[in-house]
Amino acid sequence: MSQTLPFSAQLINLLAALILLLAFAMLAQRRILALINLFALQGLALFLATLVAAVTTGQLHLYFSAGLTLVLKVLVLPWILHRLVRQLRIRGEVEALINIPTTMLVGIALVMAAFNVALPISELAHTITRGTLGIALAVVMLAFLMMITRRKAISQVVGFLSMENGLFLAATSATYGMPMVVELGIALDVLVGVIILGVFFFQIRDQFDSLDIRHMEKLKDN
Amino acid sequence: MNLSGFLGQVFAILLALVLAPLLSGWVGQCRAWFQNRTAPPLLLPYYMLQKLFNKEVVLAHNASSLFRAAPFVIFGCMVLACAIVPTLSTDLPFAPAADALALVGIFGLARIFIALAGMDVGTAFGSLGGRREMLVGFLAEPALLMVFFTLAMIAQSTSLATIVDTLAHRELVIYPSLAFAGVAFTFVSLAENARVPVDNPATHLELTMIHEAMILEYSGRHLALIEWAASLKLYAYSCLGLALFFPWGIAPGDNFLALVAAIPLLLLKLAIGGVLLAGIETINAKMRIFRAPEFLGTAFMLAVLGLLVRLLLEVRT
Repeated sequence: MSQTLPFSAQLINLLAALILLLAFAMLAQRRILALINLFALQGLALFLATLVAAVTTGQLHLYFSAGLTLVLKVLVLPWILHRLVRQLRIRGEVEALINIPTTMLVGIALVMAAFNVALPISELAHTITRGTLGIALAVVMLAFLMMITRRKAISQVVGFLSMENGLFLAATSATYGMPMVVELGIALDVLVGVIILGVFFFQIRDQFDSLDIRHMEKLKDN
Repeated sequence: MNLSGFLGQVFAILLALVLAPLLSGWVGQCRAWFQNRTAPPLLLPYYMLQKLFNKEVVLAHNASSLFRAAPFVIFGCMVLACAIVPTLSTDLPFAPAADALALVGIFGLARIFIALAGMDVGTAFGSLGGRREMLVGFLAEPALLMVFFTLAMIAQSTSLATIVDTLAHRELVIYPSLAFAGVAFTFVSLAENARVPVDNPATHLELTMIHEAMILEYSGRHLALIEWAASLKLYAYSCLGLALFFPWGIAPGDNFLALVAAIPLLLLKLAIGGVLLAGIETINAKMRIFRAPEFLGTAFMLAVLGLLVRLLLEVRT
């Protein structure tokens, strides 16, 4: 029962649940700017969860990764995405390939699968945060689903970033984070990835007059 | 069943009957303030009830006895619902009569009768409202049940009094599943009480109304009873939300002092809840009726997630 859990673990569980909730909110969100704001909020929840884990265990590199999360995922990446949206003058709603309620139901099925898969794994871990492993896996799955069901390139990128959030949470919950070098490398990768994708967006728009990736399925010149 | 518990039960019902129109008036007033309108008087629902009770009842020629009986059935359902929701104390002699699942059934019974009454006279608006009400109802009910299942898993019981007792008198434990259930419950309450994202209680625009469309044919004391029942429903849902998610201050048993102390706390919580409800109604636009399934589907999904999170995070074998 839950009274065996220390308070910090409960706090981390709550934040992890919040991250999952935000992942679902992103899945249901139609507007692109709100999507980016939700992504920033998810980053904030991730930062808080990592910070609580860092304070509880006193491990120095967890503080670093918490700081990295704050700077990169709450401030820099949303700022870059906001700027991209402004510059590309994207208006209106994100079209999804499947309608939203169906996506939600698929999402619930994914969460169930993720929880079931994660349960035996988290029994092996000895960290205070092991309960959140299932949630981390679910967030990764939901982000995948978002990338699959969205048409516009920019919401696919948000899905990709959200997936990274999930992976980060998984790393923190299973093993108290990856080694510093790996974490820095991934953070840099994500940053560079977003910048490159930003350039791609302009190229795609110049070529096709739209960010709808359906147009890229045809390979012929016309 | 002891005498003090019985008195407490009677007092809780009387309090519900008196406070329910006040809560509706308070929400209406806050809404007007938020929207920069001149607020109607706080006691407006009471004047309205008094006026309607003094008016003559006008019945349609083809109204059946069901049409005349429905207001009383609906009113009775809502009073019973208020009686089994723990508002002041958890020592309710009526509580064993109906658990959380039966409460959903009581709301369902009232809904069926109001929909039947709407269709009884045979006007287009009545049947339209009845159909929409059933659509909203059949989507809201499973979400509400899922919320109750999550809570029942925490308290190991489906009795509302036991659930509230467990939640109110525990050491500080954070239940993430309660957060999910709370959000889902808010969604369901908005839909069930004909509030803004789903229905607008203040409109008579034929394309959008749900609740108002069904009661167009009612007049006099019948209308008064239905209006009163609607406030009672809002009161029951508010008290249910407060008791389940903010249960502090509810008296544990036949402790008279705690019972007295619970009254101002309940009033304060209801007042804050009313402000929040008016705020939600102000910042949201009414959605198209075809968006309602999506809204309630989200509520259902959140409630299921709460249940799953409860299984994953909080149950240790």
